[in-house]
Amino acid sequence: MSHHIVEARDLSFVYPGGHEALSGVSFRITHGEAVALIGPNGAGKSTLLLHLNGSLLPARGEVRIGDLPVTRQTAPRIRRTVGMVFQDPDDQLFMPTVLEDVAFGPLNYGLAPAEAEDRAVAALERVGMARLRQQPPYTLSAGEKRAVAIATVLAMSPDVLVMDEPSSNLDPRGRRRLIELLKSFEHTRIIATHDLELVVEVCPRVLVMDGGVIVAQGPAHELLNNEDLMLRHGLERPHSLRHHHPH
Amino acid sequence: MGVSHSAAVHRMEIFGGLDSPMHRLDARTKALVTVAFIATVMSFPRYELSALTPFFLYPFALVALSGVPPGFILKKLLIAAPFALCIGLFNPLLDRQPVFLAGGFAVAGGWLSFGSILLRFALTVSAALTLLACTGMSRLCAGLERLGLPKVLAVQLLFLYRYIFVIADEALRMRRGLELRSSGGRSPSPRVYGSLVGHLLLRAMDRAQRIYSAMLARGFNGDMPTLQPARLHGPDIAFAGGWLAFFVLARCWNLADHLGRLLTGVRP
Amino acid sequence: MHMADALISPAVGGAMWAASAGLLGYCGRKVRLALDDRLVPMMGVLGAFIFAAQMINFSIPATGSSGHLGGGLILAILLGPEAAFLVIASVLTVQALFFADGGLLALGCNIWNLGFYPAFIAYPFIYRPLAGGGSNRKRAWIAAMVAAVVGLQLGAASVVLETTWSGISALPFATFLLLMQPIHLAIGVVEGLATTAVIAFVARARPEALEMSGGALAKSVSPRPVLTGLLLVTVLVGGVLSWFASTQPDGLEWSIAKVTGQGEVEAGAGLHEELAKIQEKTAFLPDYGFKTAAPEKATDSTGRVGRTVAGLVGGLLVLALAGLVGYGLSKRRRAV
Ligand SMILES: Nc1ncnc2c1ncn2[C@@H]1O[C@H](COP(=O)(O)OP(=O)(O)OP(=O)(O)O)[C@@H](O)[C@H]1O
Ligand SMILES: [Mg+2]
Repeated sequence: MSHHIVEARDLSFVYPGGHEALSGVSFRITHGEAVALIGPNGAGKSTLLLHLNGSLLPARGEVRIGDLPVTRQTAPRIRRTVGMVFQDPDDQLFMPTVLEDVAFGPLNYGLAPAEAEDRAVAALERVGMARLRQQPPYTLSAGEKRAVAIATVLAMSPDVLVMDEPSSNLDPRGRRRLIELLKSFEHTRIIATHDLELVVEVCPRVLVMDGGVIVAQGPAHELLNNEDLMLRHGLERPHSLRHHHPH
Repeated sequence: MGVSHSAAVHRMEIFGGLDSPMHRLDARTKALVTVAFIATVMSFPRYELSALTPFFLYPFALVALSGVPPGFILKKLLIAAPFALCIGLFNPLLDRQPVFLAGGFAVAGGWLSFGSILLRFALTVSAALTLLACTGMSRLCAGLERLGLPKVLAVQLLFLYRYIFVIADEALRMRRGLELRSSGGRSPSPRVYGSLVGHLLLRAMDRAQRIYSAMLARGFNGDMPTLQPARLHGPDIAFAGGWLAFFVLARCWNLADHLGRLLTGVRP
Repeated sequence: MHMADALISPAVGGAMWAASAGLLGYCGRKVRLALDDRLVPMMGVLGAFIFAAQMINFSIPATGSSGHLGGGLILAILLGPEAAFLVIASVLTVQALFFADGGLLALGCNIWNLGFYPAFIAYPFIYRPLAGGGSNRKRAWIAAMVAAVVGLQLGAASVVLETTWSGISALPFATFLLLMQPIHLAIGVVEGLATTAVIAFVARARPEALEMSGGALAKSVSPRPVLTGLLLVTVLVGGVLSWFASTQPDGLEWSIAKVTGQGEVEAGAGLHEELAKIQEKTAFLPDYGFKTAAPEKATDSTGRVGRTVAGLVGGLLVLALAGLVGYGLSKRRRAV
């Protein structure tokens, strides 16, 4: 596929308890774009992201990746295209060692062990974590876990990267490295985050969510500078923008 | 089970990750030799004492060659001792039949069998502990799986092991929160307990659900693939062959007795 | 209570390993077939949960002491018998490996004693029929209590049997039994309390969680009335027969004879008196006291009590093994 368009049409989802976490979400993200998904706690960001690789299936509406609608049948194929970094890296790192964890995806897709290992090491080098390859994941710091979680996804060479709060728990250096890493990707990127400074640096476009709907979308500078919009949805105008555009 | 347990698991894992000639042996070799060891030790009759002693060579040698601190194994041994000690103590109480030892001493049979129980306990438990400390949980699971442990169980063990830390952490945080809000460190009533542990349970289940999503996201199809295609090497064969021969020898001849006679000059 | 390596003979350890391994293999296959890969992480995480839950104590009403969750029954309720058995086995394995609770030779016994009875007896034959749909809180409470107590009583009796069969401890069968059963009555009550407390919370907070995980597998093992009947008959026959057949040497009698033949009755009279006191207090099997502690009589009555309980437990064990063989055979037949 050359066009990794990610598209949602009138997407709704209800959790088993009866809570409607998404109600009629629509958007379209084109190839190579970096888009931020922002909004207050409980807005439905994580829920939305889980629909992008078929971890959750919509109650109504649909999600398309390229020409393919996300359904139970297409989900395995979709997951090779859409790499997902989950909110809590502890959920994502379940193998005995870092290396085995990063190789888990490639091995599942039928690569020979030697080849899978090469890929895993390359992915770990990319995030600067190759030296930790023999460690068990639970001995890593929060930032290291996060970086390794990203490596597990990179090792599968996805076309679309979906990340849920990638910069939470990172110290300034870890966060800086993450931002540089995210900027260096040519993948289509969709990043849910509360870190608006990261948004300013990485994502030219923003979707604002609240209460299970998209309340605004557009260029980052425009929306993030809209004090009124930001406050209404539990957000805050980033400091860096205040400096650049004083009133 | 408590904080100390979680810390003990952690220490065990650190030792499991050491590098030594013992650690480099294949997990299968060590597991099989350990099982043979335990079965041999347990096959002695109930009054046996002296013939058991040569078997200490095995855990001693392993601890020595692996760099695992002996104190660590010893401490765990002591912590685990009470049950064997309690039940064993009935033997001297109940079994008063005199047994004659060499040199004309008479001892109640119960004391002999009690001593025997303690020796067996120390031997088998230290062997099991050293096996793990020289291998590490993940390698041990992979080895056991190759020896025929059902895959579901091997995978289950690994997951259990991986998430002990994560969930124990949650439990500790909850307990701390509870202690802060309750007076005098009293345990909660069943009702409060139910909601506390119930929360822990629901969180654990949610986590399992998220892990499953994360696994699917990376192509999980019911199988857990592994990287290492382990192979048995020369040292494995030497290790297994050497120890098995020793076990047979020490089972058939009372080496301690022979040695004692040799040293004291007493003829049989 | 965990069986320890030091008290067990290779024959008994090996036999129990075989039984547990057989059941594990069966459960493994069953879970694999029913899978629902979701169970893969769910089982592991719930195993870890059991460990973590044991760090939290609750105070037992009206006693001043505290207890915690053991885990067998709640796992069966959440996962159904097969998956629960696998989880219990892995929890015990980790305990044996890391904390030297039990030991490797005794692991087969422990998996059987602490896994089989809650998962394959107490849950399907006691908890489920008694609890019904689980919507009636009182019924669910009683069900968990009875199931936990029975499961632990069976497990304790198993420990005693295995120890006696091994012949390494000099504790006579009946004495040991009278020590173990009351202790495990208390442990069972605590387990029942803890289990209901947690289940009641989950049933209120998120009822679908109880259906979600247990549902897939639990349905396939509905308590069959035939089996329940069979179970009762076996228990009855085993109990009654071994009471009356007290003059006939059977499998267990030699081991009791072996122990009692060593002159510990005189030596143990003091102990018997102690036990009699304990027994009066706990009123366990009140008709078969040791108060008339003339040595011969004591032997006779301990022997009888021992044999009756042994008959019950032996019957259960045989039934369990037979059930296993049956499952195995039916599996083969379906495969053909
Ligand atoms: N497993 C679940 N079962 C029931 N309701 C859920 C579940 N997960 C989330 N919800 C509910 O769905 C809504 C959206 O949750 P979601 O996790 O998508 O929010 P979010 O925008 O990612 O929030 P945060 O910024 O805190 O991560 C919330 O109201 C939440 O309570
Ligand atoms: Mg979220």
